[in-house]
Amino acid sequence: MKRYILKRLLMIIPMLFGISFILFVVMHLAPGDPTSIKYGMNPEVSQSARANFDKMYWLNKPVLTQYVLWMKRFLTLDFGRSFIDGEPVLKKIMSRLPATLLLQIVSLLVIFALAIPIGVYGAFKKDSLFDRVSTAFVFIGYALPGFWLALILVFIFGFKLGWFPVSGMTPWYTEYLSVFGKIKDLLWHLVLPVTATAFGSLAALSRYTRSSMLEVKKENYVLAARAKGLTEKYITSRYILRNALLPIITIAGLTLPALISGSFIFETIFAWPGMGRLGYEAIMSYDYPMVMGTGVIAVGLTLFGILISDILYAAVDPRIRMDK
Amino acid sequence: MKRIMIGAAIIMVIAISAICAPVVAGYNPLEMDLTEDAILQKPSLEHFFGTDNLGRDVFSRMLYGARVSLSVGFIAVIISLVIGVLLGGVSGYFGGWVDAVIMRVVEVMYSFPTFFLIMMVVTFLGPNIVNVMVVIGLTSWAPLCRLVRAEFLTLRERDFVSSARVQGVSNFRIIRRHILPNAMAPVYVSMTLSVGSAILIESALSFLGLGVQMPAPSWGNILTIGKNYIDYAWWLTLFPGLAILITVLSFNMIGDGLREVLDPKSDRKD
Repeated sequence: MKRYILKRLLMIIPMLFGISFILFVVMHLAPGDPTSIKYGMNPEVSQSARANFDKMYWLNKPVLTQYVLWMKRFLTLDFGRSFIDGEPVLKKIMSRLPATLLLQIVSLLVIFALAIPIGVYGAFKKDSLFDRVSTAFVFIGYALPGFWLALILVFIFGFKLGWFPVSGMTPWYTEYLSVFGKIKDLLWHLVLPVTATAFGSLAALSRYTRSSMLEVKKENYVLAARAKGLTEKYITSRYILRNALLPIITIAGLTLPALISGSFIFETIFAWPGMGRLGYEAIMSYDYPMVMGTGVIAVGLTLFGILISDILYAAVDPRIRMDK
Repeated sequence: MKRIMIGAAIIMVIAISAICAPVVAGYNPLEMDLTEDAILQKPSLEHFFGTDNLGRDVFSRMLYGARVSLSVGFIAVIISLVIGVLLGGVSGYFGGWVDAVIMRVVEVMYSFPTFFLIMMVVTFLGPNIVNVMVVIGLTSWAPLCRLVRAEFLTLRERDFVSSARVQGVSNFRIIRRHILPNAMAPVYVSMTLSVGSAILIESALSFLGLGVQMPAPSWGNILTIGKNYIDYAWWLTLFPGLAILITVLSFNMIGDGLREVLDPKSDRKD
């Protein structure tokens, strides 16, 4: 087990290097240099100030050298400073990270809490009304543009019914609330963003659960268990559910890239003060150090999540560890 | 079979009206009318889907927007098809270190929040429809590659391939004549489904202002305006969203139907 974890950890390193290199190259392929974007509007900035700025970010060096220098600094967890306000990138990201993690983790919990029962029940009552409705819902879920769903939610539940707040995480009067009131208020603000974030993956995961259940039900060992005369209840809990639900741990890891991708859109729509919106704003304002910072942290988080789900899977299913 | 027909019929209607947009539209999609009783008009017989904040006819804009969505969908998928089949084929047929390298890259693509990369590339290289097509194509080939590789792995062990090899047929010819045609069935299915997801990505990009630039219309950027007037002009949000949903749904119906026809072994509803 230890060897397995170590191996997986080591695999992350080249991946992180590769991805950060891709991000770096893409950014430098862009026409127009950051100096002219930052100072272009302001003719009063002297030539020497520009040169200084270039030197500070090694912009006068070739891309590859820049990458190596960036990597050196990155390894000491120094991401540089934002072009826009001069704040350290890491500090800005860290202040936004909790909001993103909160949104993602709550969404993941909601996805699992709903998708697994829907999938399991659908598989047991195949072709029932429930199964048909959930199949239709999954089919639509695959084709539904997430940001449009978010807009519809805002329109119906925010503006027409006025049930839920449509933007931000905390209202201006938050400091007047009690602790309990703050938690309740936060949950209130979470409802719409979580619904929008969770919907797509919910459809995919419930579909996956259902087909995994149906597959395991056809296995010979289930037939053998039945032939032995075990009760249907025992077969279901000990044979079918266990084998069908184990692989879902891996799927949890694989939904992470989609969730993180979604955070860039949904945090922007719901004005959620998280890292996704920070990344979007950084891209829109050509804030190179911020873009690199948010990109690498987003990728790092995804890889870390996948790693955890892989380790969990190996922990509960000994067959995986034996493999390699 | 029924699903393929329904899906194909809907796509045909959308494609034909997109191609004939100048005839069907009735209005110039770019023509503004800023008089007070022309802007933000509710849907009516004159303007089927109402007008936007600059008095432009939303129905006409959506017809031209359909051109964007469909062409991005098709071209992005063709790009990812070429890359996916090429890399997947090489990987599955030759194996060895080439396979190991390609599979690592595929793994990276799978665990990458690709939308961030797409947003970045499109912004830094210029937000326009060509860049959007190319970038979506370049970032969505991984599933196809895996699929083709798996097909090649099983096919290359089959007797008819061995017999061709024994007869001294070249690798290239074996791949082209014997393996590729047999590997294409699942590829068609996956391709059709990818058209839908490419359209979804394009619309999200345009919605964020990173795709087709206004005043040129696309379904995504009509929704951007819709977002700003959501408390008042519901039609600006409802119709383009429905158009995206129906188009993607149709492609998925075709894909699902194809899977059934091409792979009779798979249970219909699994």
